Parts: sequence; C-alpha cells; structure tokens
Amino acid sequence: MEIDAGNTAWVLTSAALVLFMTPGLAFFYGGMVRSKNVLGMLMQNFFSMGLVSVLWALFVFSLAFGDDIGGGLLGGFDFAGLKDLATAGVQLPGYVDDFALTIPPLVFVAFQLMFAIITPALITGAIADRMKFAAYVPFLGLWLVLVYAPVAHWVFSPTGWLFKKGALDFAGGTVVHINAGIAALALILVLGKRRGWPRDAMPPHSLPLTLLGTGILWFGWFGFNAGSALAANGLAGQALINTHMAAAAAMLAWLLVERVKGGHATTLGAASGAVAGLVAITPCAGFVSSFSSLIIGLTAGVFCFLAIQAKSKFGYDDALDVVGVHLVGGMVGSLMVGLFADTSINSLGGDGLFAGGGASLLGKQFIAVGATIAWSFIVTFILAKVLDATIGLRVPPDDEDQGLDLTQHAETGYAYGELGMGRVGA
Amino acid sequence: MRLITAIIKPFKLDDVKEALRGLGVQGMTVSEVQGFGRQRGHTEVYRGAEYTVDFVPKVRVEVVTDDADAGGVVDALVTAARTDKIGDGKVWVLPVEEVVRIRTGERGHDAL
Repeated sequence: MEIDAGNTAWVLTSAALVLFMTPGLAFFYGGMVRSKNVLGMLMQNFFSMGLVSVLWALFVFSLAFGDDIGGGLLGGFDFAGLKDLATAGVQLPGYVDDFALTIPPLVFVAFQLMFAIITPALITGAIADRMKFAAYVPFLGLWLVLVYAPVAHWVFSPTGWLFKKGALDFAGGTVVHINAGIAALALILVLGKRRGWPRDAMPPHSLPLTLLGTGILWFGWFGFNAGSALAANGLAGQALINTHMAAAAAMLAWLLVERVKGGHATTLGAASGAVAGLVAITPCAGFVSSFSSLIIGLTAGVFCFLAIQAKSKFGYDDALDVVGVHLVGGMVGSLMVGLFADTSINSLGGDGLFAGGGASLLGKQFIAVGATIAWSFIVTFILAKVLDATIGLRVPPDDEDQGLDLTQHAETGYAYGELGMGRVGA
Repeated sequence: MRLITAIIKPFKLDDVKEALRGLGVQGMTVSEVQGFGRQRGHTEVYRGAEYTVDFVPKVRVEVVTDDADAGGVVDALVTAARTDKIGDGKVWVLPVEEVVRIRTGERGHDAL
C-alpha cells in the first residue's frame, strides 16, 4: 500500500501527543503525593521517557512487532536496533491486506514507542512514596521486556494470538491499562504499604498540578485513541469524539456519585472521573458509536468510583488508585467492546451483543482480559519478588519519612528560600 | 514595658494594623500561625477518604509598648479584631525586661 501523506502527518502528530501524556501523568500523580515526594514521582515518570526509548530502539520494538517466533506469543530480533526499518518498501509482519500500513514503518515505531513509555509509568501511582529508585530502574526495564512486549505482541500485532483470535483492543485497554493496573497490584503486594498508611493523613499536596496533568492527559489522549486509527480519516474522527464524550460523561458520573453519597463535588473527583472515562473508552474508541461512548463513560465513572471506595476493605495500599482506575476502567472498557462494538462503525471490528453479534465477541474479550491479567500479574509478582530479594524494593524507613526527593535524588521540589544553605567547595 | 500578643482572624489584620497605627504604635511583628481554641477545624475529602484538620489558620500580632500605653492598645486591638463570632482569637500581655534597638544601641523606652 502507498504511503499517504495525510495519514503520516496525523500519526506523527499523534506520537507527539502521546509522548506529552507522560509528563501529564507525572503531574496528575505528582500533585496527589505529599510535597516531599513530588520529584520522586515526577522522576519515575520522566525517566521512563529515557530508558524505555533506548530499549525500544535496541530490541523491544522488535519483540513486540517483529516476525512472530511461534504461536503469536512474541516477535523475534529481526528489527533489533531498528534495523532496515527506514528502507523503502519494508513491511511490518502481519500488516498486510486490510491492515496494510499507509504510514512509514518508522512513524509506526515512534507512535508505538509512546505507548510503551506511558504504560509502565502508569504503575508508579500505586507504588508512590516508598520505592527505591535503584530498584525502579531495573523493574522498569525488565517489566517492559517481560510483560509489555509480549502482551503488545499478542494484542496489537496482527500476528499475535489474541489479535488473530479476534479480540478487539483499539488503543490499549488490555495492553496498556489492564496490564499496568494488574501489575501495579502485584508490585504493591510485594512492596507493602506506605509507613503510617492508613492511619496517617496523606492528602494531595497540590491538586492544581493534578488538574493540570489531567488536562494534558485528556489532550494527549486524542493522539492515543484517534491516532490508533493510523490514518487521518472518519474513523479517527469517530475515535476522537468517542474519547472526548466518554471522558466528559465519566466526569459527570463520578461527580454525581460523590454528591449523592453525601459529599461535595470535588476537583480530584472531576479529574479522576475524566481519566476513568478515558481509560475505559481506549479499547472501544474505534469500534463503537458516539452514543455508546456516553454509556461507556458513565459506567466507568460509577464503577471506578466504587472500586476506589472498596480499596480500604481489601487493605492494600494502592496509593493513587491505579487499580481502581486503570485495571477496573480497562476491564469495563475491554468488556464493553463485547457489548457495543458495531461493524457499521468499523468494518474491521466486530459486532457485540447489542449490535446483533451474539456473545462471541464478548467471550473473546473475556479471554483477552483474562490472559493479560494472568500473564501480567504472575510475571510482575515474580519480578518484584526477585528484585526485592536481590536489591530490595523499598527505601529504608528513615528515608521514607524524609521523602524520596531528598533521599533518592538529593533535591527538594519546592525551595522556600536559601536560608541556611551554603555552597560546598567554593 | 509590655509585650502584647494577639491571635486574630487573618482577614482582621488590616483593621488591627490601622487601629494600632491610629494610637501611634510604631511597629509590629506579624506571623501566620495555626492553632485551635473553641473554634473547631474542618474536614477534607479526597476520593472519599475523609481527613479532619484540627488547626485553623490565624495571624499572630506582637507589639511592644510602654506600660502606660498597653491598656489602650489592647482595647483598640480587641475592638478592631472582634466579629462576635467564635474564633475571634485572644490577646495576652507579658512584662518585658529590656528592649534594644540594634542599629543604635538605644535601650528601654527609647528603643520602642
């Protein structure tokens, strides 16, 4: 298929939009932690833009999208070092016929890289305030290789086993959100609770940062979902509208539940609701109608709110509710594909239960959700155990009290003057 | 000499400052403080998790005066800071042994 200039321009733009989501996420999370941990949180997110990019170029893109090594489980090393990808006429495995790319392979490499950057970054919300940076670095790299690359291959690559099975994931409900959400749960089960949780007050230190981050995420999500059409066409427009409407509806739903339950409509609730809607619409964006996106958003707003309230009953310390928003929101969206997908919206998609397609697609969605949860949870749990036994996952208790900013990075996020500060060696 | 310390509602600071200036008070020290008396704090809710905040933000005003002026300053301060609602604050007075103006070395009344 010929390279299309319009499509290429849109996917290039989308790559930049998706990259911008990671600093957005950093601020979304950064505002919610205590001020002594703000840099620790920003750094865990920002650092992903460094490490994941380099590993992606070296061999992880190839593991995800290279020639299948058998069974649709993983790609090979044929594109290691991004070799041959700039050559004219080169084709990515599986991207033929209906799925033929009309953008240069390197543009696809860049676009997919941005997903790989933000996915492990999503996990950082759960582990806030207590993970050693020296343990986070190997965790990030190994998780990318052992968990992200295979799941991306299964679901996104047309040669992957879930893709071939007919499970639908437009932009990463399973690969990104369920994957990160369940990994967050596995990691915090090994890592343990923050010192003093839940007895001590740990309120967000700057909700304005969180709201700013939410705005950046929402903006970048247009690239995430509408860019996943891999074309500048009507489907991209449908995905963009769906993305926006789901975020809007979920925000209203969350605020309504908050209010009805006797509280106030909170800014953190507005931000959380919007993100819950964005998460849930991600797998659905290019498969469902505009009206369905409103229902999906409303459902996500209510379910994610209730999931977060249930957290205290389970007793695990998911600091910033990655499980409640990303795992639960991702599951809501991935399963609702099986209800609302409609081939009149996207002929390459499928017909869900409510579009007269029966329960077959819903069954495939369950398999994709289950497989992602099983693989991500088991591998992440083992990886966390190994790292805990070797380098140790947690900072020492004193360092945790002092905060990650000072103990992990020798900096403070907010300088209130230089009183008592002197220069060493000058 | 007397040290007059007042804990007042933050939005009353301007009224208090003007009232004391009107009496010829030459200077004061102000700090933002937190505390509680009979006025209770408030609650905050983040994603359904409720926190109580016991301390209420207040402003502390400190003024040193001659013994003879202290009564008038306290009266003016109380009048200016009063809203008749709970949480208006308190004023207390302590004796001061010595005051020195650092620039000139003047002591006692001359340093005020």
